[in-house]
Amino acid sequence: MTDWLGPAEWTALWLSLKVAFWATLVSLPFGFAAAYALARGNFYGRQTLNVLVHLPLVMPPVVTGYLLLLGFGRSGPLGELFENLFGLIFAFRWTGAALAAAIMGFPLMVRAIRLSLEAIDTGVEEAAATLGASNWRILRTITLPLAWPGILAGAILGVAKGMGEFGATITFVSNIPGQTQTLALSIDTLLEIPGGEPLALRLALVSIAIAAVALIVSEVLAQRVTKRRAS
Amino acid sequence: MLKVSVAKSFEGFALDATFEAPAGVTAIFGPSGSGKTSIIRAVAGLLGCDRARISLDGVELSELPPHKRNMGYVFQDARLFPHMTVLKNLRYGGMHDEEAVIAVLGLSALLERYPSSLSGGEKQRVALGRALMSAPKVLLLDEPLSALDGPRKAEVLPYLEALRDQTSIPILYVSHDMGEVARMASRIVVIDQGQVALAGEVQDVLADPAAVPFVGLNAAGAVLTGRVVGLADDGLTKIETGAGALWVPGAVGRAGSHARVRIPAQDVILSRSAPKDMSALNVLSVTISALEHGKGPGVAVALQAGDARLLARITKRSCEAMKLKNGDQVFAILKATAIAPSDIS
Repeated sequence: MTDWLGPAEWTALWLSLKVAFWATLVSLPFGFAAAYALARGNFYGRQTLNVLVHLPLVMPPVVTGYLLLLGFGRSGPLGELFENLFGLIFAFRWTGAALAAAIMGFPLMVRAIRLSLEAIDTGVEEAAATLGASNWRILRTITLPLAWPGILAGAILGVAKGMGEFGATITFVSNIPGQTQTLALSIDTLLEIPGGEPLALRLALVSIAIAAVALIVSEVLAQRVTKRRAS
Repeated sequence: MLKVSVAKSFEGFALDATFEAPAGVTAIFGPSGSGKTSIIRAVAGLLGCDRARISLDGVELSELPPHKRNMGYVFQDARLFPHMTVLKNLRYGGMHDEEAVIAVLGLSALLERYPSSLSGGEKQRVALGRALMSAPKVLLLDEPLSALDGPRKAEVLPYLEALRDQTSIPILYVSHDMGEVARMASRIVVIDQGQVALAGEVQDVLADPAAVPFVGLNAAGAVLTGRVVGLADDGLTKIETGAGALWVPGAVGRAGSHARVRIPAQDVILSRSAPKDMSALNVLSVTISALEHGKGPGVAVALQAGDARLLARITKRSCEAMKLKNGDQVFAILKATAIAPSDIS
């Protein structure tokens, strides 16, 4: 079974999962906050936030990657800040791949969560307040559970985007085996090597399988939530 | 004592209402769009106001956020939490008097169900229970029956009446249904275009001919209170009121129990002489205390009967033909069958 893919491909697969997992996990709270602000907020600059969040969706990925390089490269202002504050380096590391994946997946994630937040009847949140619930308790016990299908969908989209991100990743952190060479980058490399095509096809099948499993899992979880409420 | 004074300007509409509500049910009555719901939303802290002074027993509440006001709020549309069972809904605001609330509202069979499987009446009972279990110091009921059809209304109303009789906190009851108000409330605040048009005891306001334009021609009518004497063999119940004995259809409470009967003004007939050979059972000797000419063809006539008051609505033509004036002794005739069971409580 392990012969089916070479060690480099296994590494790429494992790296992709790691990148997609961390990209989604770390961006999820920010995604929820942005979605909440866009769905409920009535503040100056809301439209600007909306544009900023959606920019990675419409900008050429290469441009996003280049901007990341400028900002989060070792000599970039944000790159230096993160290195000094947390000892976190993005340039040419898997963390950079995760950052690129997070930025590229962000608009999709925010959109899914925002839609589910907008579908919540704010009246039940008012009802919770009259029953003595603080804003924090309302968020924890009413808003988050009711938005759960959307959050789940957003997370799945984030993971899927993270697994498949190519343009911004390769521009920002290059294509370093074992460090930044994710599944997508690996397939691209294999296609350029003579005789690499069968392996590329296998990797493609693996990524299709992962995507399908993720979709099925999210469907099942979401259905379980709605079924329980309808029973 | 709950004291409320709120003001807020909306586009093309200004809300400015000041009133007091002692323990017991105070109805906030008015047509749709008159600002009733805005008033109790302001009381609960859900509506930001230009000016809000809300105090309960001398303690100022207007600066507090909604979740610190300790006010139970039952919304028109129940607003149960869809992802929680009935029991979890009930316990969300606290577990005060849990067993009693569940028993009184008849909820024990529903506890494990989710709101989506409940009927409208069941939802409203759960919403009421949920508000009660948070041990509120004030209860705000926003047309709790208006989303329900006739039978569902009849299902919830007795629970509300039991609640009224058992609690000693101020209850604000928003309604546009005078029948409900007459049954439930002891005090009434009539709201017209965001302002308090009239306020006082239900009996006084409803017997006041000046109230007719605000209350509506069809809804106008005084409330008589009295004691049930007993049920006759032919299915009529005799109630001894301040205005005299009254026969009403059907069984009403036990002998000696308290009863309130709303007499719609349009069902009262006036006569100069004591009528005889007539099918109407209830003839009360009354004195005219006020005449109020409306814009249309009607006249509202306030009647004093013993220590009780009645209201009649007759035509201007009859009024002129009978030469009715203040202080005249006349007879008020009420058909027993004109008194609907929903008018008696």
